[in-house]
Amino acid sequence: MSEDDGGCGGAGKSRNSGEYFTPYPDQVLENVLENVLVFLKSRRDRNAVSLVCKSWYRAEAYTRSDLFIGNCYAVAPRRVTDRFKRVRSVSVKGKPRFADFSLLPPDWGAHFRPWVSAMATAYRALEKIYLKRMSITDDDLAVIAHSFPNFKELVLVCCEDFGTSGLAVVVSECRSLRVLELIEDDVSDDEVDWISCFPPEGTTNLESLSFDCVESPINFEALERLVARSPLLKKLRLNRHVSIGQLQRLIFRSPQLTHLGTGSFAPLEIAGQQQVDNREPDYGSAFAACRSIVCLSGFREISPEHLPAIFPVSANLTSLNLSYANIDADQLRPVIRHCHKLQVFWALDSICDEGLQMVADSCKDLRELRIFPIDGSENIEGPVSEVGLLAISIGCRKLQSVLYFCQQMTNAAVIAMSKNCPDLVVFRLCIIDRYRPDHVTGEPMDEGFGAIVKNCKKLTRLAVSGLLTDRAFSYIGQYGKLVRTLSVAFNGESDIGLKYILEGCTNLQKLEIRDSPFGDSALWSGLHHFYNMRFVWMSSCRVTRQGCTNVARQLPRLVVEVFRGDGVEGGERGDFMDTLYMYRSLDGPRTDAPQFVKIL
Amino acid sequence: MMHLKETELCLGLPGGGGCEAETLKVTGKRGFSETVDLMLNLQANDQSSSSTDLMNDKKLQNSSKNNKDVIKPPAKAQVVGWPPVRNHRKNLMAQKSHNEETEKVVAPTSTGGSGAAAFVKVSMDGAPYLRKVDLKVYESYQQLSDALAKMFSSFTMGDYGSQGMIDFMNESKLMDLLNSSEYVPSYEDKDGDWMLVGDVPWQMFVDSCKRLRIMKGSDAIGLAPRAMEKCKSRC
Repeated sequence: MSEDDGGCGGAGKSRNSGEYFTPYPDQVLENVLENVLVFLKSRRDRNAVSLVCKSWYRAEAYTRSDLFIGNCYAVAPRRVTDRFKRVRSVSVKGKPRFADFSLLPPDWGAHFRPWVSAMATAYRALEKIYLKRMSITDDDLAVIAHSFPNFKELVLVCCEDFGTSGLAVVVSECRSLRVLELIEDDVSDDEVDWISCFPPEGTTNLESLSFDCVESPINFEALERLVARSPLLKKLRLNRHVSIGQLQRLIFRSPQLTHLGTGSFAPLEIAGQQQVDNREPDYGSAFAACRSIVCLSGFREISPEHLPAIFPVSANLTSLNLSYANIDADQLRPVIRHCHKLQVFWALDSICDEGLQMVADSCKDLRELRIFPIDGSENIEGPVSEVGLLAISIGCRKLQSVLYFCQQMTNAAVIAMSKNCPDLVVFRLCIIDRYRPDHVTGEPMDEGFGAIVKNCKKLTRLAVSGLLTDRAFSYIGQYGKLVRTLSVAFNGESDIGLKYILEGCTNLQKLEIRDSPFGDSALWSGLHHFYNMRFVWMSSCRVTRQGCTNVARQLPRLVVEVFRGDGVEGGERGDFMDTLYMYRSLDGPRTDAPQFVKIL
Repeated sequence: MMHLKETELCLGLPGGGGCEAETLKVTGKRGFSETVDLMLNLQANDQSSSSTDLMNDKKLQNSSKNNKDVIKPPAKAQVVGWPPVRNHRKNLMAQKSHNEETEKVVAPTSTGGSGAAAFVKVSMDGAPYLRKVDLKVYESYQQLSDALAKMFSSFTMGDYGSQGMIDFMNESKLMDLLNSSEYVPSYEDKDGDWMLVGDVPWQMFVDSCKRLRIMKGSDAIGLAPRAMEKCKSRC
């Protein structure tokens, strides 16, 4: 595009020197536009700009530096590198979210290889890569390390197929590395001491280092030396092989930290013996030295008696993630009652409704709450319930995002939340005991979810659970006009439910459904909308091969994949397709589909 | 409109019915009635041999009342990816709860109140999950025994005799029990000792029991002599 100036030699302009020879008016305009567009960051705005006219399309393409690919199979790498020439940052998302729950067989795809190969030649100035649910190998990491001399940031979320040897290559060769964040990845232990592979001398540029998901032990001395010569380090998230004593040494060395993942938060066991209690250092003093910490996580193997060590920083915390800490309400109390600035709180349901009440009492500024279950079995005594949810809704009026696992719920509590927390953007309620109605009234949970979509006018993400009839879906279709992501599991009565959704939710982008009685006629009713969506996932529903084929025929730009969740070839389970996964694509069906995937 | 009250399993005391407005109280303390495990409602369990059946009954009731094509859920053990918790997190939690050694009685009220409940953790050798029971719900060893049997349906308890207590005075009977492959319940008392359940009168047991563990009779042999001694010193 940049070569295609359309001007004659003499009247053209030199972009590098900025000199002009009687430029054509068009080019002046394009110049001006480019200089303005450099400041435009929002990709949605940029997409709109690119549609105005060809000139604007070119200008926008020339100035877009941040690329976001929401579905790696929606577009081929070559098309991307042909259009955008000066990209500094790339985000690519791969597998659908239900892959996290073992519903997608291994080797399904989402390989980073074709992307990194294309970018290695096209984007030599690339600085940042963000990947989510992609398959990235050690070789791919090596390509990154070798191809981009100015590489600064690597963030991998829920990725797999690489190991510590790939990490070693990245940290040793990317001299400008500022950010290395590994979040919930599956990292194989190649027994490589990658921490020691950072350049040995001088200060580093490191601002953020997260490796809490890496299951292999870490060379602590090397880590300590690294931290000591990283004056810009603000975010440090350790894995569970770092003991509380080692943590203390690290934070003494970097009092400027703002985000800390504490590692195990338990003492080291030396040859099977516990440390003698009366020689245990005062861990609180280390935290007292870190006045800047605002975000705490980790606590992977917490000894609850050490939790008080974080008191000195609790008043400053805006984010606290205790979701790996099996602590009860009594252990939580002394910490949480100081956390007046807390905006993000993740925890296990071990804190019980009582703990949630404490959060409601102390954390008036709370924006995001996530409560995870310790015990995922159904039909057991659940430590949290509608009582906790109600308490939170009353105490935390500014709530924007909720993820709540429980065994039982009532419509009344959900309705109350919809009224008390009108700013909700994300509401994900998981009643683990499937098909469970309101346990007080025996009614389906229709009214509760209906109130959420009706009263929370900013809602963009919704996950439903419990016993639901068609009515619940009619509410969602009627009121959920801003909903972009919808998750349905073991819900629903009949096809009409899905019809309500597909016809009503005009902004729907991502639809994931499992084990619900929706069939071909419901699927057909979404034909008008599927091109506007990122993907549709339906597993263990009632769609047939014929139904899926019909959709595929009607919509040639839609890639319709069918397969079985267990990886067995064929796709059907009984009368119905086991899994249907479909998405729009500009470049036709992918060529890397494994044997068990059939593209209709 | 769904009318499921008849089939609903009420989380109340035996003889009680209440699952009502108290659940909405915002005291942060869960009402006592809510915290009792579904399966321990002894009055509702007469027709069914296990709570799993009840659950399926409830769902079948739902589906028949709906009169629609509700897909019946597969048996719980076969549901892949449920609940939707990332594998990473699930593995860690399973590991942790299995290794967990800290034992605490989790009382729903810690700031006074009538001390209405006496929750203890119950583990069974070989079972992956811990349960909790409130000992105050029961009035005898037999009731506790029935409840535990339902909770851990694969285990059968030994013979408790007419008093509902293990006859510690009869050594041979005791040794038979302990040599069998049947499971026996043991408990940790206030002193931190592990004892065989049934060695003291019921009320004394409720007051001193901190935790329950159901183990194979053959593993419990080591507990017997101490149990007998304590019993003898009390009698």
